[in-house]
This record gives sequence, structure tokens and C-alpha cells, in this order.
Amino acid sequence: MTESAVIVTEGLKRCFDDITAVDDLDLVVYPGEVLGFLGHNGAGKTTTVRLLNGVLTPTAGRAEVLGLDPSTHGAELRQRTGVLTETPSVDERLTGYENLAIFAALYNVPAGDIDRRVAELLEIFQLTDRAVDRVGEYSKGMKQKLALARALVHQPEILFLDEPTSGLDPVITRQVHTLIRDLSQDGGHTVFLCTHNLAEAQRLCDRVAVLEHGKLVALGTPSELASELWKGVRIEFETSLAALPTAVGVLDNFLDVRDIHHAGDDPVISLSLNLRDQVPDLVASLVEAGVPLFRLTPKEPTLEDIYFALHEKNEAVTV
Amino acid sequence: MNWRSIWAIVRRDLLAVMRSKGVMLPLIIVPLIFMIILPAAFGFLTPVIMELPGANMPDISLFLDQLPPALLAQFEGYDLDQMMVVFTLVYMFAPMFLIIPLMVASVVAADSFAGEKERKTMEALIYTPTTDLELFTGKVLSAMFPAMLVSLVGFLLYGLTANISAWPTMGRIFFPNAAWIILVLWVTPGTAAMGLGATVLVSSKVNSFQEANQIAGVIVLPILALVVGQISGVMYFGTLLTVLLGVFFWLGGGILLYLGVRTFRRSEILARG
Repeated sequence: MTESAVIVTEGLKRCFDDITAVDDLDLVVYPGEVLGFLGHNGAGKTTTVRLLNGVLTPTAGRAEVLGLDPSTHGAELRQRTGVLTETPSVDERLTGYENLAIFAALYNVPAGDIDRRVAELLEIFQLTDRAVDRVGEYSKGMKQKLALARALVHQPEILFLDEPTSGLDPVITRQVHTLIRDLSQDGGHTVFLCTHNLAEAQRLCDRVAVLEHGKLVALGTPSELASELWKGVRIEFETSLAALPTAVGVLDNFLDVRDIHHAGDDPVISLSLNLRDQVPDLVASLVEAGVPLFRLTPKEPTLEDIYFALHEKNEAVTV
Repeated sequence: MNWRSIWAIVRRDLLAVMRSKGVMLPLIIVPLIFMIILPAAFGFLTPVIMELPGANMPDISLFLDQLPPALLAQFEGYDLDQMMVVFTLVYMFAPMFLIIPLMVASVVAADSFAGEKERKTMEALIYTPTTDLELFTGKVLSAMFPAMLVSLVGFLLYGLTANISAWPTMGRIFFPNAAWIILVLWVTPGTAAMGLGATVLVSSKVNSFQEANQIAGVIVLPILALVVGQISGVMYFGTLLTVLLGVFFWLGGGILLYLGVRTFRRSEILARG
């Protein structure tokens, strides 16, 4: 297994009757990184988290998390990981303080440290004022923050977050994002972020893994994935409506221009070139043809572009 | 076994139970009816009813005569009023007392196992470093403790109620007898274990507290059989029968709990959930 990685899986597979939830998953996660685990509902994200924490056993393949085999050392491993489940799973009859203190005991936090640790977390998550209120009286955002605090109560080395901002309002979402970034950058935690929120993944993740029907279809930084999908550089320029036909004519005659895109009466055109060095030549050709250029910018593909391109590619292969 | 984790689960479940009206109401009302209201009514009213002009004394005598000889021997020296009081409060109520541990264990276990699934709070527990056995033990103990506590308190209240309400008739403390002591200390935990085991098994198949509670309620049938058996004169709650009954409940409870612990696997719970 790969040196220094905190999570390594080789051919990991889990079936439920005739459904394959996770299929031949090869994955490596390094310490301190935020890995976005992307996929639509039912892609196998939650099952992977369960396999990596030893609460489900694999049908085939193997995993190593923090040097331990989850299927044989589950309890020992879970002492070192924290999991925020998709539903907050907090006990609504208990107070915020009780929820955290009881889980601190379950995670073997020394009895003498529990009060201090719980107070610290309540403070970080701005729940101190509501610590003695029953969680049933909390808002959805507060419950989510409490669940996140609970996942951190034992200072885990790896934090698994399953849709951490699902259903939260923008203010709470931003707070949760800040917390995740702080955990990774200042706290040195490795974060395994399961999400189908692509903007969230773009904002937070160092690398992303894309899962489709239980299979890993891509793994890398967004720019690595983009360069695998689209060779060369993609640029976008704005001209006038009147010059649009001339501009398109120039592009049609220019060598190595691909994927020209412009929408109807929108004077903005995007295109791909094989090499970055071809950009000045293209600009010169456009100017020479009398095409006014109001703006020209490199167009980095967003994670959303990458995700849907991968999805389409995978669907095409499947068909 | 990590007992600190087990106690944390017990503490969590007990706090949750104490704050749930749906769980606490039956835990208060049923013992109140069976351990205070009904015995008080029998204790106070038996002599009054016996004195009513319409009371059918020959029939009552005939009923008492049909009781097992060993039981009749226990009534040596009692008049008819006292025989009725002792038969009712010492013997008739003995099987009904067993409803308490059975019901409390079932209700709390249904909340702890099926209710937890319903509230979707089990998954967080599953990700803790506790083992399946520790989780199971914690949940079993959190149902066992209230069952034993409510039963013991119920027994003490029943003793007070029976002796006070029947004092005008008996003129002395007549409760408890040896069979009741065995019943409380030996049969009660076995009965709780049986209710608990049945509920754990049912809870693994259903997804709500109500479903688990209703289906597991079938376990009360052996208790009803004991009540009928005693009224019909087939048997009575003597020392030997009580000891044997304890063996039956402990065995039944043991088997059901063994089957329960075999089904309680976090991977299975997640796969079913």
C-alpha cells in the first residue's frame, strides 16, 4: 500500500444482493488534504464511508485507513476517525451539552477533559448559549453544527463529512465551509468530503474523486481533470454583434481552433486552442480582420463543467 | 468490554427515556393501576362486598373450596373475608405483578432499539469505537434497569397498599409471603429479560417504536395464562411454582437475548436501515 497515504483502497467492492454499490474502487488520500468525493445520489459515496470506517465489510478488495484494515480493526480505527452522517443524527431529547459529553465518553475522551473539550466545541460552533437546551428546540443549522462538533469531539485524524451543508441556509453554509477549511489548514485534519454540491467541492477541495454507479471515473485536482478532458487552453472573448460573423469566419479558418461556442445574439465566443502560444496569433488575425475585441480571458473549466463532461463521457461509454 | 462506553450508552438511553412522554406515561400509569389502585380497591371493598345483602356466599365458598388443597392449607385459620383478601392480594395479583417488568422492559427496549432507528440516531452510535457487543449490552442494561427499578418500587408500594387497605379485615401484616419474595428477586429479572429479548428481536424487523411495542406485546400471553390458570384452580403461586416459573422466564429470556445479540450487527442494521 502507498507510503504516507492515510486512506488506500484496492479493488474495493460492496454488493447488496444484486446491486453493486461500490465497484472496484482504487483510491489514495494523503494526510491533511480535503478530498471531494463527488457523485449523484446513490453513486456509492455513503457506502464507501461505511466501508472505510469498518461498519460494513467489503464484498471484495481491501482498504487501509491510517494503517489499519477497517474490516478487522473497525473499533480501533473509529477511535481515530470522525463521521458526520448525512442526517445530523443528534438525539433531540438530550441537550447540546449532553449530546457532546456522552459521545466524548463513547470516544474515550478522558473523563477529566470532557467538560473542557465540550465547552471548547460549543464555543467554536457558537452554541454555548444554547448548551442546556434540548436539541429538539434547535434549528436545522444548529443541529448540523452540533453534529459536526460531535464528529470532532475526540480530535479525529480523518474527518468524513457526508453532505455537510445539505439543506442549510447560505449563512450557515458559509460558516461550515470556513470550519472545514480551518480544520484542514490549521488543524491538519484530513477531510473526506462527500458531496453533490459542486460549488462546495470547488471551493474546499484539494482533489476530487468522481464516483458513478459505484465506480471511480476520475481522481485528481480540478485542473488535472480538466487537462485530461480538454487538451490545450480554452479562452473566451467579447466582440460586437456586428462583427460576430467576421469573427466566426476568422475562427473557422484558423488552424487548431476547436469547440467554438457562442449563443445566438450573444457577442461572447468561447473556444479551445491546442497551445497557449497560439493565442497572440489568433488575436492578431482577429484584429487584422477588423474584429473589435472588448475582452479576452482564459476560461478555466469549473468543477461543474468537469463533472458533467465526465458524466457525459461515462454515459457514452455505458451506452 | 469497555464499561465506560457501556455506561455512556445506558446514561444516554435513560435520559432519553425519562424525557419522552410516550415512554414515561405507560411506565407510570400501568404500575399505578396494578400496584396501587386495583389492590387498594380489592383491599377496601372485599369486606364491604362480602357484607352486601346480595352477596352470594355459597358460591364464594364453593369457589374457594375448589382451590388446590395446598393453597387451602395456607388459609388455615382465616374467616371467609380474610380468605378472599389473601387469595386476591397475595395469589391473584402475583402473575399480574409480572406484567410490570415485562411491560417496562418492552417499552424501553422498543424505544431504545426500534425508536432509535425511527429517529435516525443509531447511525451516529454505529460510527463510535464501541463494539457490537458493547452497544448491545448498553442498550439491554438501559432497559433492564428501569424494569427492575419500577418493579421494586411497585412491589414496595403494592406491599404498603395491600397491608394498609386490608388492615380492617386482616388486623395484621400479611404481605409479602415467601413466594412473593422469590417472585420479585428471581422471577422479575427473568421476566424483564424475556420482554427485552422479544422486543430486541421484533425491533430488528420493524422501523418504529409503535410497531415494536405492539408486536412485542404478544409476550404478555404467558402471564395471562398464569392468571387464568390460577383463577380456574389449576395451579397457584406457591414457592415451588414460583421458582420454576423463574427458571422458565430466565431460560426464555436467555434464548431470546442470545438470538437478539446474534442479529445485532452494525453492518446488518445499516443494510436494513
